[in-house]
Amino acid sequence: MLPPFQLEQAINQLVREEWGRILSALVRSAGNLQLAEDALQDAVVAALHHWQKHGLPDEPAAWLIQTARRKAIDQLRRAQRFSRLQPMLTYSLDVQQAAIIEQLEADESTVIPDKRLEMMFTCCHPALEYKTRVALTLRTLGGLSTDEIARAFLDKPATMAQRLARARHKISAAGISYELPSREKIAERLGGVLSVVYFIFNEGYSPHSGHVLTRTALSDEAIRLGRILLGLLPDNAEISGLLALMLLHDSRRDARSDDKGNLVTLEHQQRRRWDRAKIEEGTRLVKAALKRQQLGPFQLQAAISALHAEASTWQNTDWPQIVALYELLYAMQPSPVVRVNQIMAISHASSPSQALEHIRELSNETALRHYQPFLLAESDIRFRAGDRPGALDRLQAAIHVTHNKKELQYLEQRLVWMKSS
Amino acid sequence: MQYMLLIYSEEGREPQPGTEAFGKYIQAYQAFSQMCVEKGVMRAGDALQPVSTATTVTRESGKVEITDGPFAETKEQLGGYYLLECKDLDEALDYAEKIPTAEHGRVEVRPLMVFDH
Repeated sequence: MLPPFQLEQAINQLVREEWGRILSALVRSAGNLQLAEDALQDAVVAALHHWQKHGLPDEPAAWLIQTARRKAIDQLRRAQRFSRLQPMLTYSLDVQQAAIIEQLEADESTVIPDKRLEMMFTCCHPALEYKTRVALTLRTLGGLSTDEIARAFLDKPATMAQRLARARHKISAAGISYELPSREKIAERLGGVLSVVYFIFNEGYSPHSGHVLTRTALSDEAIRLGRILLGLLPDNAEISGLLALMLLHDSRRDARSDDKGNLVTLEHQQRRRWDRAKIEEGTRLVKAALKRQQLGPFQLQAAISALHAEASTWQNTDWPQIVALYELLYAMQPSPVVRVNQIMAISHASSPSQALEHIRELSNETALRHYQPFLLAESDIRFRAGDRPGALDRLQAAIHVTHNKKELQYLEQRLVWMKSS
Repeated sequence: MQYMLLIYSEEGREPQPGTEAFGKYIQAYQAFSQMCVEKGVMRAGDALQPVSTATTVTRESGKVEITDGPFAETKEQLGGYYLLECKDLDEALDYAEKIPTAEHGRVEVRPLMVFDH
């Protein structure tokens, strides 16, 4: 028997790991996400009491799902009793609930099927607002608490709880299915699912999210979801690409800030602080993905990241290859970010003055004139090309549109440095 | 589950009578309705006459008020509807995207109230 604190930790750990799988399976017989969510919550509370007295069961997950089914039946029976007091409600209400009760009672299996892929598509359904898709995925598949999710978005917990409840209501009221969509629809919708996972990953690195703890938990969660997706659809190259990209980006986590907590750019990072295991896995994944000839934006971004990861120094990096990859990426995702990154790569593959040519061409695009990364890139390139006044001017412009404290601190330091060199 | 597919568009943007495009537009609607019937999902569907024929009624102020015109002076107006029986939202959305007006307007898909759950 574990001491109470260790037991609680063990239960919390188990719940976090198994929540998504158990909940996704439970929804099949419960027919309703809110009912399943409430029932599983109740089962977890019961587990805390019961397992403290009698120790952990042999199959904790099976215990949880069986208990959750019983809790769901209790909940439905209570609702039935209530509805009998209201003669206005139709017969079909009784039939539906009775049918679900039957379903739940008939399901005695202790084997928990893996329905997480279905659940991911349900949570990421386009009928739900993007932020809702992210939050619902984190809650339903990630098992993160409403509080943790609220913190990640800088929302009040009550507001986030309301968002999640509304989403679950919409799913049942509007008839969003819990089944896997058709093959064509999966192909159509997978991009959306991957986008949600990637968003969660980036939130983990976003300077906007609260504590350090929240940040790491989110990016770890995204990687975990990526692994689950890859496990369920192992032949899909873009899922591999996404997982590779996240691992490669994550491999540099410890090198991103110095001992004082300041931002360190890729150029100046201490490469020995990079996680080699993550680099190895990410590189392996993207290489295998590219062989499948199903090229996609995540694979391209991962390939670029892998080239950085395998270079011993900033100078030794295979810049020409990176330029070529950005060209392919731009063809798929014509966004300003891609162009800016490509121009930076050109400045290293060829020269700063070559890059300035490209900047001149883009300067007319109004969207870029206030785009901080573009201004910073131009500043850096001008400085290296010997145009210090131009570099200072662009850096000032970039500072003008920067709001994040840590970034601002970094840029202001750079301004001081540039003025004095 | 039954869904209302409410068809909104800017009046005048659809192909006008007398043009070749108009004939094709009508045919497209007929084909769509026919498809719904054949698939067994059709419960109702009609085009509405333009908002110039609309009259709005309310008792908000306590007494009956009758106004000439539609409920709201918006650019996009309700032009027609379908009532379809579909197994889930995805099926309803599949039909909605095929409605000819979706090309220049928007279709709102909303489930009917069921006194259930």
